[in-house]
Amino acid sequence: MSENVDLQALLQESNVTSVLEQLDRELIGLTPVKRRIREIAAFLLVTKARQQLGLEADPPSLHMCFTGNPGTGKTTVAMRMAEILHRLGYVRKGHVIAVTRDDLVGQYIGHTAPKTKEILKKAMGGVLFIDEAYYLYRPENERDYGQEAIEILLQVMENQRDDLVVILAGYADRMKTFFGSNPGMASRIAHNLDFPDYAPQELLQIAEMMLERQHYQLSPDAKVALQEYIEKRLKQPNFANARSIRNALDRARLRHANRLFEQAEQGQQLTADDFREIGEADLRASRVFDQDDEAGAPS
Amino acid sequence: MMNNPIGRITQGQFSFLPDLTDEEISAQIQYGLDKGYAWSVEYTDDPHPRNTYWDMFGHPMFDLRDAAGVLLEVNNCRKTFPQHYIRLMAFDSTRGVESIVMSFIVNRPADEPGFSLQRQEVNGRSMRYTTRGYGADKPEGGRY
Repeated sequence: MSENVDLQALLQESNVTSVLEQLDRELIGLTPVKRRIREIAAFLLVTKARQQLGLEADPPSLHMCFTGNPGTGKTTVAMRMAEILHRLGYVRKGHVIAVTRDDLVGQYIGHTAPKTKEILKKAMGGVLFIDEAYYLYRPENERDYGQEAIEILLQVMENQRDDLVVILAGYADRMKTFFGSNPGMASRIAHNLDFPDYAPQELLQIAEMMLERQHYQLSPDAKVALQEYIEKRLKQPNFANARSIRNALDRARLRHANRLFEQAEQGQQLTADDFREIGEADLRASRVFDQDDEAGAPS
Repeated sequence: MMNNPIGRITQGQFSFLPDLTDEEISAQIQYGLDKGYAWSVEYTDDPHPRNTYWDMFGHPMFDLRDAAGVLLEVNNCRKTFPQHYIRLMAFDSTRGVESIVMSFIVNRPADEPGFSLQRQEVNGRSMRYTTRGYGADKPEGGRY
């Protein structure tokens, strides 16, 4: 056995750097999350290198918990995580099965176990992503079937650690209560990643990237309008970070299309730029601007 | 035994080989999954060659990606029916195929008595033949 391990070669072979770079490029902000993922990737790579040297250690537990407000990129990061784990050889297939309570818990006695097992079977070789995992446990109803699903999950998380990785996701405070009442679950989660909210500037960057991907662009005035929109929207209830921004952009595209349609009806010649550029008016028409800081449902 | 020198029932693929190990079974399952087949587990204690419909152990497993999921179910079935015949079958849903394309036994009882051949003389010198499992006299569940 050679005493030298070429970490560089391992790194190259696993191709994990490209995923990490993609993560850096495509995800705006989220610095603590990215740092943590880099740490996990490094740890897994080193574990692999140690194995080649014959330094035996228990296989690392990889179950994770992602906490953060809605729209902070938990699902997106889970997809990337699956890819990283796949490239490092810790999951065999690298697919993600995203589920919620409804997919795991049945409606009557004897329904839950087959349902949970079916999902687990589908997730084998990949990542099982349980969104809003705390709904599995309903303390107010002691006969709730969620407990059964949790028990099956725990068993598989413990016994088939090489076959699948479970990622739980949800709001931080409710996740805490969930772990408080399910200590077995908490002790099997090796990594806790907290997703911070985005700053307004980051949200603007995200918006621009979303538009770029769909081959739209903002006029300079529209950019200012969007900035104002984000600041106003932040103060309103039900703000879901990047998801709210995406919805706002979808509505702006709708108005943009309608505007072009009307212009065409009036017999105006439209240029390629008209189709590409989202104008100030498309954004200013949002109801967020009418409400002037008073709380209410945004449009 | 002249007709069955290895003293085992030979049905489906690999049945003349020694029992497959779990790794070998996994490899077969993965081969099928990669081709898009849906695996299912079936069991019986009446392995008569004409008994084509065995009992299903759970539903056929669609949309799986990795062999571990199927093997989990096989092991479940082995635990529930340690003395039964258990087979794995792969269903190919490709239009125009739509049938079982792989099938092999993954669990069998320790002792396999096989079948008796019964001859019945009818209409002069004509013969009618029947095969009958030695175990089939006993009621279901008590055969092996």
